[in-house]
Formats: sequence, C-alpha cells, structure tokens
Amino acid sequence: MAYSLKMKSPESLEHVSMHYCPGCEHSLLTKIIASVIDEMGIRERTVMGVSVGCSVLAYKYLKCHHIQCPHGRAPAVLTGVKKSDPGLIAFTVQGDGDCVGIGMLETMYAAIRGEPITVFLYNNAIYGMTGGQMAPTTLQNQITTTTPEGRDVIETGQPVDMMKLIGATGNASYLKRIPIAIRPKDGKADVKSVYEVKKAVENAFKAQMKGGYAFVEFLGSCNVNWKKSVIDSKRFVHEEMVKQFPPGLYADKFSLEAK
Amino acid sequence: MTSRVYMKGNEALAYGALDAGLNSFFGYPITPSSEIPETLAKEHASKSYPSFRAFMQAASETESINMVIGAASTGALAMTATSGPGFSLMQEAMSYASGMELPFVVANVNRAGPGLGNIGPEQSDYHQCTRGGGHGSYRNIVIAPNSVQEMANAPSKAFELAFRYRNPVIILADAFIGQLKEDIEFPVIGKREYDVSWAVGGKGKKIINSIFLDNNDLEHHNNKLQSKFASMQKEAEWEEYLSKDADILIVAYGIASRICKAAVNAARDTGINAGMVRPKTLFPFPSEAIMKHSQKEFLVVEMNDGQMASDVMLSVKKNVHRHNRMGGNIPSKGDVVSKMEEISNGILA
Repeated sequence: MAYSLKMKSPESLEHVSMHYCPGCEHSLLTKIIASVIDEMGIRERTVMGVSVGCSVLAYKYLKCHHIQCPHGRAPAVLTGVKKSDPGLIAFTVQGDGDCVGIGMLETMYAAIRGEPITVFLYNNAIYGMTGGQMAPTTLQNQITTTTPEGRDVIETGQPVDMMKLIGATGNASYLKRIPIAIRPKDGKADVKSVYEVKKAVENAFKAQMKGGYAFVEFLGSCNVNWKKSVIDSKRFVHEEMVKQFPPGLYADKFSLEAK
Repeated sequence: MTSRVYMKGNEALAYGALDAGLNSFFGYPITPSSEIPETLAKEHASKSYPSFRAFMQAASETESINMVIGAASTGALAMTATSGPGFSLMQEAMSYASGMELPFVVANVNRAGPGLGNIGPEQSDYHQCTRGGGHGSYRNIVIAPNSVQEMANAPSKAFELAFRYRNPVIILADAFIGQLKEDIEFPVIGKREYDVSWAVGGKGKKIINSIFLDNNDLEHHNNKLQSKFASMQKEAEWEEYLSKDADILIVAYGIASRICKAAVNAARDTGINAGMVRPKTLFPFPSEAIMKHSQKEFLVVEMNDGQMASDVMLSVKKNVHRHNRMGGNIPSKGDVVSKMEEISNGILA
C-alpha cells in the first residue's frame, strides 16, 4: 500500500515561526493536529487546553480556541468545558511533568470517569521546558540535570507506564502508544511512521466524538536536553525508549483501527 | 423558591445560586461547607432547575477549581464551594482566573486555622480573599454575608459582578453564618443575559490566556487589570447602624457584626454613643464611607489576628482599637461592651 502525506500547509496552522527546538517532534505534532482539525472540519468547535511545558505556546500555532491551563490541570479544565458545552471537542498536549507528575490526579480522574476528552502525552523522558530535569518517565540510569549520575530507580521510583495506569481504569475508549520520533532508516526518515501518527491523532478525536475518553502517548525526542545529536535522539526513541515503553494499541473500544 | 422558608446559610446559598441560573458546580466536600454540594447534588438529581446542567464531586480542590475554569471559559455560570484549607489549594487557579479575566463564583465558608485548625468559625481568610491570595498582582471581589437572607441574595449579586468585571467573585461567609438557620424569602430574579462574546467556541479564535512573554505586553496587561480593580470601587457596599452621632464606631462583618449590633445597643443603654459600620463587600472595601467618620474612635471586632483592622487603618490613617477572637471562638456581647467602656474611659487597649 502506498502512503502519501498532503504537502499543503493546513488552514488551521498559523503561519508563524515556532519556538520548538530543531529536532523536536512537537512541531510535527502541532502540524498533524492542524491537518486533522482541517480534514474533520471541526476548527470552530475545537478547544485546546494549553498545558505547561514545551507546548505552552501552542495557542500561537493553531487556529482553534485555546484555554491556558495551570500546570497539570488540563484534563480537569477540559472536563469543565465538556460538562458545560458538550458540543465542543476538547483536547490537550501535555509533557511528562504536566501529565504524569503534577497532573497525575487530574489525568487519572478524567480517565477514571471516562470523560469525553482527548489527551496527547508527549513523552520525551525529561522535563524539556525547564532545562532537562528528571521526569517520571526518565529511564533508569538516564542522565538529567537532577540525576547527574543517572537515574537511580531505587531512590526515585520506576519510570511510569501510563498505558498501564490508564488501562487499569478500564475506561479508555482509545489508548495507544506510538513513537513520533521519525524512525531512521538507512540514514533517511521513514515516512510511513508519520502517517501512523496522524492516524492515531484522528482516532483520538473520533473516539471523543463517539463519547469516549482517548489517551495517546507519543514517544518523542529531546536532542537538546538529552545532549545527543538529532539522529542519535531518534535512535534513542526507537531503540531504548520502546523497550521501557512498548508501543501498541492498548484499548480500542470503537474498533477505530480496524477500519 | 419564592415563599418564606427556614434553612441553613449554606443551603440558602445553594438555592440562591440555582435561582441565579447556576449552570455548573464542581466541588470537594469540606466542613463547614459540604451542605452546598449536598444541596446541589439533590437538586441536580431532581432536575428541577433546567439551567443546572452539570454537577460533579471532584477528587480534590485543585480538580474542582480547574473544572470551574473550564466551564467558565465557555461562558457558563460556574461555581465551587470550599473552606480555608481547600481554598488554599485553589490559589494558583484563582491567580490564573483573574489574569485570564474569567467570571465565576467561589463560596468560602471560613473555618478556624491555620493548618487543619478546627471547624469553628473564623474570619482569618480575610487577607487571603481580599488581597488576591495567589501569586501575582490581582484582586478577588469579596461579598460578606452576615445572615441567611444575605447568603440567599449573594450568588445573584456575585454572578452579576463576576460577568460585569470578568473576574472571580468570592462569597466569604464564616462557619457560623454557613450553619445558622433563619427564615428567609428568596428574591425573584429575572432572566439575565451576560456578554460572553469572549468565550471559547464558535467563529473565530478565542484565547483565554494569562501568559504574555514580552515584558511590556505583560505590564500593559497588568495595568489594564489594575484599572479594572480600581473601577470596582463603586461596587463597595456597607451598612451603617447608629453611626452618625457615635463616638465609638465598631467595624465588623459576618457573625461578628450580628453580635456587635447587640453590643452597640447594650452600650447605648449604658450611655456610650456606640455605632457600627458593617462592610458588605470586603473588596472593594468601603473605605470612603469609613473615612467620613475618621474623627471617631474605631473598634474593629473580628475573628482573626486583626486583618480587617489594617484596611480600616488605611482608610482613617490612624491607629484603631481591636478585639480579636480566634480558634473558632466568637466575640461575646459582654466583652465587646467592656472594650467600648475601656475606650470610653480613655484606656487604650
């Protein structure tokens, strides 16, 4: 089967320079979300809960509506949005700290209740915005600014597997983990992987439109804070992170991927 | 509800909010405010108020207040209720909300602190509520009921002010007023339309935001907010009792003001010219009304360490007498009268 990506800039994408670091997939995710919003024709009723982390300036890049959320609280804010106006589509892009650290209660309770929202976790195993400290998803022995000798899981706990935690609620209609870092293949980018990321974003919105809770964890890179080259960062995702955080489809109550 | 009813302050506040067109309530139980979510849960289940779309008991106060932010962002009438320890957890969100110019109502039924304290009445959240208890330069509008009737009236006023100024409004009751039972009549509130053209959803791109990376942009935003807070001064409300010819003027709010009214009457019986100014809004503070009496002796009676006394002093630019109770204890009429006798005899306390 041939895969193709649209080359036209999405309507829902603002034509401004993005602040994301070169080599980071946040910009790719932003563009994919813009593209999906266009194709589904949902811009006027889409609200983004803008979380604290590298995605904090997303309101500058996407033409949907935006609510700046306190750190970790986007799932609660979006629950309030949906309760008062169920016709809106509510989503957020969160980093490891926002979703898995400070926001753990809000993240879990939105899943426990099965709120009809869409949560995108950009897991890069580090706190990017604040300069490279340990995240709940930092790997064992990974060096960060607050684990200069490498993460000691005895002291600091094991990396957190959100597929397991969200899965345990039994309430996710669409639960998926997928690398967003482009897979290096013979020194080139594997385009197919980007198409699958776009499908995941589409399904996460579709699940909400059917009344379900959707959570997609993207395994992304952070070459700046990992202090790796861009190509080594992609390898770190596809060779190391996938061992700790196995990609896969963990729940699909509406059989969206079968279609 | 339009007939005369006998109920608790907390219940009256809940029904007052429903009558005002409450759309969403998200809250976490905490004594002495839990009757508010309980009453609303009952009415939500009974579906007797068509505007009341959403009720949810959240998992924490941080969840509650952030759900309120979400609902308010869509232009809905949203509310939560809590007490001191819970309100402390909400401070980050309160700061965001004022910075983002969101309208909603928070009921804080003040219990004794600091820390876990106890569930008795105090007025110790005065500074937290009137100064903007979270980070940054902002203010909350604060309404201070002193009766079950005022608890019933407060939500309508609160939502009106919230949407007029696009700012959170706190209904600050002490635990006594929250738990007190009196017979009251609910005012008939006509249909209200609020300007929610700023709310998310629909045509265009609405951004509800408090981040301004450029320093000049943020300073401009702050100056705009400060002008807004200054313009709220005209909403100051207060009540005066025998103040005109008074030599000693009590300033008190909430349950303290009820006791002090009796103390004023008792003092008058002994020949002391006592009077009282009762602030009904704590922010904006009725400083002009109090300033008019600045030549009098002031006695600020409050259930905290003297928080409102600071505002009285700022208004009259001189020292004031204080009578403070804490720990859940309320002032006694006798003690307040004795204090006025001391002041009258020229003994500074």
